[in-house]
Amino acid sequence: MAPASQNGAIKVELGRRYRFAASHRLHNSGLSEEENCRIYGKCNNPYGHGHNYVVEVIVSGQVDPATGMIANLAELDGFVEREVLEPFDHKSLNEDVAQFRELVPTTENLCIEIFRRLKTFSKAKLERVRIQETSNNSFEYAGDNAEGFER
Amino acid sequence: MVLLTRKIEFAASHLYNNPALSPEENRRVFGKCNNPHGHGHNYPLEVTVAGEPDPVTGMVLDLKDLKDILEREVMQRMDHRFLNYEVPELAGQIPTCENIARVIWQLLDPKIKQGKLHRVRLYETPDLFADCYRNGAEGTNA
Repeated sequence: MAPASQNGAIKVELGRRYRFAASHRLHNSGLSEEENCRIYGKCNNPYGHGHNYVVEVIVSGQVDPATGMIANLAELDGFVEREVLEPFDHKSLNEDVAQFRELVPTTENLCIEIFRRLKTFSKAKLERVRIQETSNNSFEYAGDNAEGFER
Repeated sequence: MVLLTRKIEFAASHLYNNPALSPEENRRVFGKCNNPHGHGHNYPLEVTVAGEPDPVTGMVLDLKDLKDILEREVMQRMDHRFLNYEVPELAGQIPTCENIARVIWQLLDPKIKQGKLHRVRLYETPDLFADCYRNGAEGTNA
């Protein structure tokens, strides 16, 4: 195959969207009931509530001339399935995910936790994670790649 | 700096096959994308140009000019085509989303005279896309 030349001048990234549904409750046990209610409003409802989360995973790397790919999608899908979808889908984030026993499962914290889990993907560099909590709210985290936000 | 984005959509067919690999390897690496008769997608394309608005016109570049460039460089070349066989710029490359996006960047970059090409985003499905940026430009991590 022809070499994927001109790779140097252009940076190519691959984005993939995944979905999971989960419940959460925004509550900080270090605060009083009144403060929790004031800060988190209806998200502090003691029984929790849920969202359909859309997770956008963006990776970068060399495009392999033999395959035309930055990363094999089946490998990326399998990795995200194992690290994020399987442990989070149809779960209570507060009860079922150890990291959120103490940490408030806001979507900001969820972004950081998912970035931490996906950063170990060995076949490409994780650039950033963007999560849509609802069609009106989205959050992004790029770890040390924060300059990536300029985009 | 202001970013201006125009969206178009083309439809095309493709298949993934590397003649250097055996038929078994091709099937293993590319899965159903290796179907010898090909398959197709609608490809929404977002092209973003960066620049300062012209004080006289208030425009980063004239949208009509950008529309004409996209029509000439992308639509006429790729719309309703079989990418493997009908797009010479992709000859010898696997027409993945990454490679098509890069070819589109290479076609558009020299044609955009007002402002500067900032990003090419090509969707192959609503859940899969490739982004191209100028390497080393402000806002890239390279």
